[in-house]
Amino acid sequence: MLEVRDLSVSYGAVRALRSVSFEAQAGAVTAVLGANGAGKSTLLRTISGLVKPLDGSVHFDGDPLLGRHVESIARLGVAHVPEGRGVIEELTVEENLRLATLWCLHKNERQSAIAEILELFPRLQPFRRRNASTLSGGERQMLVLGRALISRPRLLLLDEPSLGLAPRVTAQLMALLQEQTESKDITVVLVEQNARSALSVSHHAVILNLGQVVVSDDATAVAADDALRHHYLGF
Amino acid sequence: MSLFLDYTLDGIANGMVYATLALALVLIYRATRIINFAQGAAGMLTTFIAFSLLTRGTGYWWAFVLVLIIGFALGAVTERVLIRPLHGKSELNPVIVTIGLLVVFEGLAGAIYGNASRGFPAAFSQRGLKVGSTTIAFSHFDLFILIAVVALMAGTLVLFRYTALGLRMRASAFHREIARLLGVRVGILLTLGWGLAGIAGSLAGLLVAPTSAFGPYYMDLVLVYGFTAAVIGGLESPVGALVGGLISGLCISYVGGYLGSGLEPLGALALLMVALMARPEGIFARPAARRV
Amino acid sequence: MTTVDRVSSLRLPRQPLLRHLPVALVAGVVLYEVTLRLSSYNDYQVGEIASYVVALVGLSLLTGSNGQISLGHGAFMAVGAYTMALLMNHTQGNFLLELAAATGVAAAAGLVIGLPATRLKGPYLAGMTLLFALAVPSIADKWPNTFGGDQGLTTTVPTAPGSLTAEQWLAQIQILAALIVMVLVANLLWSRYGRAFRAVRDDEIAASLAGIHIVRTKVLAFTISAGCAGLGGALLALSTGVVNTGEFPLTLSIQLLAAMVLGGTGTLIGMVWGGILLVYLPQWSTSLSNDFNLGSGANAYLATIIFGVVLIVAMLAAPNGIQGGLRWLWGHRPRPGGATPDVPSEVSKEDQSNATERKGRNDAKTSVEV
Repeated sequence: MLEVRDLSVSYGAVRALRSVSFEAQAGAVTAVLGANGAGKSTLLRTISGLVKPLDGSVHFDGDPLLGRHVESIARLGVAHVPEGRGVIEELTVEENLRLATLWCLHKNERQSAIAEILELFPRLQPFRRRNASTLSGGERQMLVLGRALISRPRLLLLDEPSLGLAPRVTAQLMALLQEQTESKDITVVLVEQNARSALSVSHHAVILNLGQVVVSDDATAVAADDALRHHYLGF
Repeated sequence: MSLFLDYTLDGIANGMVYATLALALVLIYRATRIINFAQGAAGMLTTFIAFSLLTRGTGYWWAFVLVLIIGFALGAVTERVLIRPLHGKSELNPVIVTIGLLVVFEGLAGAIYGNASRGFPAAFSQRGLKVGSTTIAFSHFDLFILIAVVALMAGTLVLFRYTALGLRMRASAFHREIARLLGVRVGILLTLGWGLAGIAGSLAGLLVAPTSAFGPYYMDLVLVYGFTAAVIGGLESPVGALVGGLISGLCISYVGGYLGSGLEPLGALALLMVALMARPEGIFARPAARRV
Repeated sequence: MTTVDRVSSLRLPRQPLLRHLPVALVAGVVLYEVTLRLSSYNDYQVGEIASYVVALVGLSLLTGSNGQISLGHGAFMAVGAYTMALLMNHTQGNFLLELAAATGVAAAAGLVIGLPATRLKGPYLAGMTLLFALAVPSIADKWPNTFGGDQGLTTTVPTAPGSLTAEQWLAQIQILAALIVMVLVANLLWSRYGRAFRAVRDDEIAASLAGIHIVRTKVLAFTISAGCAGLGGALLALSTGVVNTGEFPLTLSIQLLAAMVLGGTGTLIGMVWGGILLVYLPQWSTSLSNDFNLGSGANAYLATIIFGVVLIVAMLAAPNGIQGGLRWLWGHRPRPGGATPDVPSEVSKEDQSNATERKGRNDAKTSVEV
C-alpha cells in the first residue's frame, strides 16, 4: 500500500503540490486525474525520487521513499513509466527489456522473463531485435509497460499511458493493466488526462486541482457524479 | 611511389594512436557529454610514471600494465571529485575544469621531472620491417601499436555490445533518467566510463612516447589530433574513433610529407575546420534525434 | 513639474561615452601621477598589467558577453606581437602605425578563425581554438629566418619625451592604450552591438527571430576580441623586448582564461584584477617555491599549476569571479542559470528597475498561480 502524506513540492516560485495526501491500495488501480498543470506528473516524479519535495512523507508498505536515490527506490520494486514513455531508442526492444531485469533477475532467468513479456505483448515479437526507434506510439507504450512489469514491481506509476493512442489500443492496454494489477497484486497509480478510460479500470480516484487534492473517492462514485465530472474533468 | 607508401604506413601507425585518444574522448563524451581536454595530459603524466618505474629497473610490461591501471584510477577519481559536482550546472564549467586540469598535469610533470628532453624506451625494435627485399617504413613497434589499439577497440566493442555492464553503460549514456528509473546505478557507471577512458589515454601516452620529444607537452598535439579524429568519426561512436583516427593520421602524414614537415598542425587545423563545416556530427552520427 | 520631480529626474547622462570618458580621464590622470612616483621596476609591472588588461578585455567581450569560448587568445597575442616586431625590424614606420597594424592583422586573423567558429558550440569551439593555439607557433618555427627562430625578434621602445624615463614612458603608453580600449569596449557593450552580443549568447534562435544577424554578430565579436589580443600582445612585446614562440605557449591562452574567469567573466573593471593576477602570481609562486626549496625547475611550473587550480576551484565554487563576487556583495545578484552579469559597472536607474522586474519574475518574490 502506498501512503502519501502532506506532500508539498515547488519549482522555484511555483507551487506544484500543496499538502497532497492520499492512499493507494495493493491489487487496485488508483487514478490521479485533473487538468493540465494540476501537478499529476510532479506527484509521480516525487514518489519515484526524480524530484525532491519541500515537505511531507511517502511510505510504501511501511518503507519511507523520500530522500532515497532514484535507483534505490526503483530497486525497492517501484516502476515509474514517465511522461513521454522513455523508450531508449538506441537500444533494441530486447535490450530495453533486458535492461530492466539486470538488477533483479539472475542471468538464467532473464531470457524466460523476456519471453513472458513478449507473449503478453505479441505485437512486439517481430521487433525483438530491432531498434526501439522503429516502434509506433502504441507499440512503444507496450514496450515501456512490459519493461515496467518485467521487474515484478510492487508499485507501478504510470504517467498518461493513453497519450496519443487510438481508443481501441487504449482500451486494450487498460484491460491488460487491470488484469495484471489484480493477478499480481500490484499497487498502481495511474495518472491520466483521459479520465473516462481511467475511471473505467480504477477502484479509487483522486482529483488534483492547482496542486491540491479536491476529491478522493471511489472511482464509481466519481464517475457517477455529473457536477464533479463537468467541473474538474471536462465531461 | 615508395614515398607514398612510407607516408601511408606512417599515417596508419600514427592514426592508430590518434584513434586511441579519440576513443577516450568518445567514451567520456557519450557518458557525460563533456570533452575531456585533459585526457592527453593525463596520459602524459601516467607515462612519466612509467618512465620513473623503468629507470628504477621495473620490467617494461609490468610498468605498462601498472600505468594503465593508474590511468584508470586517475580518470575515475577525476570524474568523481571534479566533474560530478558540476552536473546540472552550465555546460561550459566542466570543460573549463578539464582545461585547468590540463595545465595542472603539465605543470606537475614539469615540476617533478624537469624540462630536459629525455628518451623513452620502446618495447620493440623501431627499425623498418623487411618485406621481401625492401625495408618498409613499418617497424615491429608500429605493428605493436596496431595490435594494441585493435585489441583495445575490440575489447571496447565486446564490452558494450555483449555484456550486461556494457548495456548499462550504453543506457546511462543514452538516457540517464530512464536508466535510473530502471534501477541502474548511473553514478558508478559514469566513473567507470572515465576510468576506461583513462586507460585509453594512458595507452596513447605509452605508444607515442618513444617517437616523441618526451617532455611535459608531448601529448598536446596528440590530444588535438585525437579530437580531430573524434570529430570526424562522430563523438559518440567508438568505431568512428578508429575510422576518424585513420583518416586524420593519413591526412596529417601526407601534409607533413608532401608539403613539408612542421606544417602538420596547420594541416590538422584545416582538416578539423573542413570536418566541422561539412559534417559536424561526424561520419557515424547516432541515427536517433538527440534529446535536448 | 515640481522641484522634486526635477531633482529626481536628474541622473548621469544616458550617453555611455559621456559617462565613461570622465571616469577614464580621472583614472588616466591619477595613473599618470602614479607612474611618475613609482620605481622603474614597478612602472614596468604596471605597464605589463595594462597590456594584459587590453588582451583580457577582448577575451571578456568574446566569452563573457558573446558566449564564445576561445583557447587561442594567446595565439592572437602572438600574431600582434610578431606583426609589430616584423615591422619594427624591417621598416622605419611610425610607432603608432605599427601598433595599429598589429591590432589590424590580429583582427584579420580573428576574422579568418571567427567565420568557421560561428557554427561551433562550446567544446567544439574550444577544441578548434586549441588547435589554432598550437598551430600558430608552428608557423614561426617553420620559417625561422623570417621569424627569428628560437631567439626571435627584438622590439624597441620609442624614445621618451622630455624628462620621462623609458619605463615611465612605456607604462604610460600601455596605460593609455588600456584606458582607450576599455572606454571603447564599454561603449560597444552598451550599444546595440553589445545587446546583440548578449542576445546571441543567451538564445540564438530568439535573437535571430528578433532580427539579429547571428553570423555577423559572432564574427564581429571574434574579430574585435582578436584585435584586442593583438594590441595587448604587441604592447607586452615592448615590455619584454623580444618576440619568440616561447613567449606564447598554449599555457598562456589558458592563463588568460583563468585570469578572465577570476577577474569576472564579462566584466571590464574585473580584467584589471586579471592583469594583476597574471603579473603577480608568477612572482608570488616563485618566492613560494623558494621558501619551500622546490628547486629552480619547479618555479616556472608552480605558477602554471596554481593557475590551473585556480580555474578548477573557480568553476567548482564561484563561477562569477572576483568582480562578480564584489557585485554580489553590492546586491546585484547574478542571473539564474549560472549566467554571469555583464552589465558595465555603471547601471542607470532605468536598467536597475528592469533588472528588479526580471528578478521578480524568476525568483520567489511574487507568488505565481499556474
